[in-house]
Amino acid sequence: MKNFGYSINKDRQIDLDKSDQRIALFVKQHEPSINICISCGTCTATCSAGNYTNLNLRKLILSVKRGDIIETKAEISKCMFCGKCLLACPRGVNTRNVILKINQAIEKFSL
Amino acid sequence: MNFHPFVIPFSIGFIVLIFILLYKYFSLFYRLDHQDKSKIYKGVFSLKFFKAIKEVFLESLLHRKIFRVNPLLGYMHTSLAFGWFLIIIGGTVESKVHSHMALKMPYDPVFFNFFNTDLSMYRWANEFNFIMDFLLLIVLSGVCLAFVKRFYSKAFGMKKTSVLKPFDKIALYTLWLIFPLRFFAESFSAGLYNNGGFLTGTAGVFFSSFLPLKNLLVPTWWAYSISLGAFFVALPFSRYMHIPTEIFLIFLRNFGVKTDKIFSSFTELEVLSCPRCGICLDKCQLLKSAEISDTQNVYFLQSLRNKQLNENNTFDCLLCGRCQEFCPVGINLNNIRISQRKHFFPENNNFEYLQPIAIATPKASVIYFAGCMTHLTPTIKLAMTGIFEAAGVDYLFLDKDSSICCGRPLMIAGEYTKANELIEKNKKAIIESGAKTLVTSCPICYKMFNEDYDLNIEVLHHTQYLLQLTEKQIIKINKTNKKVVYHDPCELGRGSGIFNEPRELISHLADISKIKEEKEEALCCGGSLGSVNLSFNKRNNIRKDVLSVLQEGNPDLIITACPLCKKTLQNGANTEVKDIAELVMQNIQNQ
Repeated sequence: MKNFGYSINKDRQIDLDKSDQRIALFVKQHEPSINICISCGTCTATCSAGNYTNLNLRKLILSVKRGDIIETKAEISKCMFCGKCLLACPRGVNTRNVILKINQAIEKFSL
Repeated sequence: MNFHPFVIPFSIGFIVLIFILLYKYFSLFYRLDHQDKSKIYKGVFSLKFFKAIKEVFLESLLHRKIFRVNPLLGYMHTSLAFGWFLIIIGGTVESKVHSHMALKMPYDPVFFNFFNTDLSMYRWANEFNFIMDFLLLIVLSGVCLAFVKRFYSKAFGMKKTSVLKPFDKIALYTLWLIFPLRFFAESFSAGLYNNGGFLTGTAGVFFSSFLPLKNLLVPTWWAYSISLGAFFVALPFSRYMHIPTEIFLIFLRNFGVKTDKIFSSFTELEVLSCPRCGICLDKCQLLKSAEISDTQNVYFLQSLRNKQLNENNTFDCLLCGRCQEFCPVGINLNNIRISQRKHFFPENNNFEYLQPIAIATPKASVIYFAGCMTHLTPTIKLAMTGIFEAAGVDYLFLDKDSSICCGRPLMIAGEYTKANELIEKNKKAIIESGAKTLVTSCPICYKMFNEDYDLNIEVLHHTQYLLQLTEKQIIKINKTNKKVVYHDPCELGRGSGIFNEPRELISHLADISKIKEEKEEALCCGGSLGSVNLSFNKRNNIRKDVLSVLQEGNPDLIITACPLCKKTLQNGANTEVKDIAELVMQNIQNQ
């Protein structure tokens, strides 16, 4: 392709009719506290694994809700389960269980 | 040879029991791995064997640990177990002395008074009669207490008792019947033939005055035999399986076999040894403060035994270890639970990104590992670095800028193999620094470094390290006149057995007052990472109850030695909560 000196971002629009909500529904059912997340990013700021990688729990929860399974699967495996995010969360989201539930959903639906 | 058809139910029950037990124990032994087997072979021919016999005597017969929980409950168990044991020994000796034969049918001592009506013929008949009656009386008193306990457990120091399964009930009711029936059967014999000791003899005379003993005699002995036979058959399928299994368990444990994080046939033995006494119920804060009533270890082990584990009762336990501390059988409850969590924890983790990371490790004599939780309570971190500098220690702050988790949170959630990758990474950095001492501020890391890292250097929690510095007068601290209480962190106290060092260190700093539940009985703050799915509301309820105990005497300060406890407690406390290191830093004289 000809280089025009700029590029066009990939379309980020979500078609909720087509997005895969299986993980999101599973997590919401078994750990409802995911619903009160305000995406403030405190979890991400404190994350130990986030120091070495681009693991980002705030973004991960958004990916789950958007049905972005490829991204969810790639990112979640980096978590060390240390629980800093749980302690830092100002809303009381049970983050460790959210992570466990996402993992379980990935296994359950063989994603 | 003595024989009567009524011995058949007893004999069948006895034979069935022996066969089932032999089958179960042989299959459990067979499935142990080589290391455990060689431990057993070595143990049998060592002093450990005699230590095990002593423990069997103290725990399986005298039930010393249950006396610790409640004396009346202890007496109930001792009278039943030790009393029954002595009846078996006494009856066997009596029957052998009487017949001058070493080998007799196993039922002979059991039904001795039926077969031998003329008791004047052998030596010590009166003494034997007295002793056997006395023992029967003791056992009967235990049965009475057991009966009362079913309906009024509070008198025995137990607010809650466990819910029984059908086989438990069969075994329980037949057990209740055995000794009253024995009493009636022996009394009727004594009444008819005019013998017996102070109990059965007197009762015999009394019953003969108004009962047709001739017609009642054989049916009562039948009933006694049937109750024994039924109890023996129900035993392997009921909670009373713990009686024979605990003996086996004590021997193996003394030989050094234990449950690690992986389920083995020894773990199965531990599960079978659970008497479902329910002592763990009263110790569980989830029951008291969070209204969760199916996760306690008595039910957890039951569902494990019945292969009906569910995720909730596997994960919501805080792993505080209070139940384990008071378990009369000494089962390693926490490790059994951890070994089961992996069934619900998918192996998705991938820590390859850690491989290329090189942790800079300049040489130092002391390594300080703050731990993840300490990074969220920076005052502790600052206090520790301040103290190191004031003391002039050559130290390396290993996780100053970025940290790799020690691996314990992942491990206790069930991911044992992946946690090892984190262990290896940290271990390499620790060894490379050449330090002689590793100091950590987090009890979770401390327990992990101590037990799973296999480091050949001294591992200290900061309470121990600061006490050493104080005692060697490397740092000098002022004593304040503040009245403080100390909250024992689970992983440091019960988990690692460190109760005294923090208290000693505090005594250099302030006046420490006692609280209701401390040391081995200390309550969990509710913040524990042991639980994965416990909701915040329930954690808060637990915290509220802990704080009411801590704040009862209106202390000026609540001191703890764990960043996680500190953070959890201070969110709900009216009193200031401080880590022990902060208090030291505040009152340090060195400049």
